Amino acid sequence: MSALDPTLVRELAPQVIGVLVRRGADFASAEDAVQEALLAAHEQWGEQPPRDPRAWLVTVAWRRHVDLVRSDAARRAREERLHHKPPPGRAAASDDTLWLYFLCAHPSLSPSAATALTLRALGGLTTRQIAEAHLVPEATMAQRISRAKRTVADVPLGVPGDLATVLRVLYLVFSEGYAGEVDLAAEAIRLVRRLAALTDEPEVRGLLALFLLHHSRRAARRDAEGRLVPLPEQDRSRWDRRLAAEGIDLLQDALARDRLGEYQAQAAVAALHADALRAEETDWAQVVEWYDELVALTGSPVHRLNRAVAVGEADGGAAGLRALRELDPSLPRYAAVAAHLHERAGDLADAARLSAEAAAAATRTDERDHLTRQAARLAPHRRDP
Amino acid sequence: MAKYLMLKHYRGPKTAVHDVPMDRWTPEEVDAHVRFMDDLADELRESGEFVDAQALSPGGTWVRFDGEGRPPVVDGPFAETKDLIAGWMVIDVESEERALEVASVLSSAPGAGGVPIGEWLELRPFLDDRPNAVE
Repeated sequence: MSALDPTLVRELAPQVIGVLVRRGADFASAEDAVQEALLAAHEQWGEQPPRDPRAWLVTVAWRRHVDLVRSDAARRAREERLHHKPPPGRAAASDDTLWLYFLCAHPSLSPSAATALTLRALGGLTTRQIAEAHLVPEATMAQRISRAKRTVADVPLGVPGDLATVLRVLYLVFSEGYAGEVDLAAEAIRLVRRLAALTDEPEVRGLLALFLLHHSRRAARRDAEGRLVPLPEQDRSRWDRRLAAEGIDLLQDALARDRLGEYQAQAAVAALHADALRAEETDWAQVVEWYDELVALTGSPVHRLNRAVAVGEADGGAAGLRALRELDPSLPRYAAVAAHLHERAGDLADAARLSAEAAAAATRTDERDHLTRQAARLAPHRRDP
Repeated sequence: MAKYLMLKHYRGPKTAVHDVPMDRWTPEEVDAHVRFMDDLADELRESGEFVDAQALSPGGTWVRFDGEGRPPVVDGPFAETKDLIAGWMVIDVESEERALEVASVLSSAPGAGGVPIGEWLELRPFLDDRPNAVE
């Protein structure tokens, strides 16, 4: 091993937590101790990391843990125990890591608590990095994490949970947006990649495929000035074909198991976009079919909204508007979709009015700016005062 | 999570339920009010929802650009503008319902006679400025 690879060190975090918990440490203090060991690794390893980084982290984290829980008077006894501890077994490491995924996504946690805990215990990120990514003070994030740890303090070791909640938390991490030095989307990919190595559940592969396919378009999603570029206008030569191919392989592997789920279906839509070398070559009829599957699987109004866009592309703006009519206008992004479909149907006056409405309802600055530009482009067609 | 700004107005278009100007409170009432605000900020730190809290000096100045190479045009200060912002608190919460709940607590800060002022707070969601990975 050469210079310190921060990602590799972080990869080891859940395994080391697992070892400490197996030795009898409670999750909250094990997690604290491992966080300190990671910080120590960053300070001490430099150009010369230890030959067995995992063993080093286990030793340091265990020592920190013992320091934290034992009083000075008991130090001698602790040292005695340290010398007689058997080496950590590797066989249980993968089970422990899987259990940590369940624990960090435990249903008793709020979504924000689950994402923060996942990023720290499984991602091995520091509180400061997680705080920066969420644009909150470090002290606030520290509280969020310690409250989350208290919430799951009584969850018994090794009890499996629901994989669907784990995947929802990972999806949240991926979709949250990012700031600071850590790219949460890349982090989510790393976390789901590792999960995919621990279980062969098709939805895990489906989620990884979805992330990779979305990620493959990232370079094309913004222009040089940082403006949002909608999918049909993206420069597809800037799509990362290698990532997309990996996503498609994973998806095919998952679909072959014949247990369809919402992430596989979403990945299938993303794969159809990846297949089209030019926007005009997109197989919109198939995209609509996948959205039909998604709506059948989830009943989610968000998928219905996206389905209306796909119908608009497959059968024209009027058909898209008919599909839209069944939906609640108070849905997020409804006005943006309505504007797009009206423009496609040739109704520029309504498209102009709805674009302005959509810009006012946007929840992200880049979307608002994009919709404002759309509204400005269509403004000459406005009829309302 | 979503960030919200809770904007406090000294004076605004909407009058508080218990509307006594602060300069007519007793020192103890002022202390109780300040303590309430500090305690709320601490509770929000504790719950992992606190982002920022700032108070503004009431005296402000209006400034505008007046052409290249020219000094800015300055107007004011105005003591008697209709709407005067006193300060704000920024929270990062799970839902809009939670934001409304926190704002309601902030509005219950004690004023004259130790009773909740019931001032109107302006609650504004932040636009997320971070690039995101889905489209």
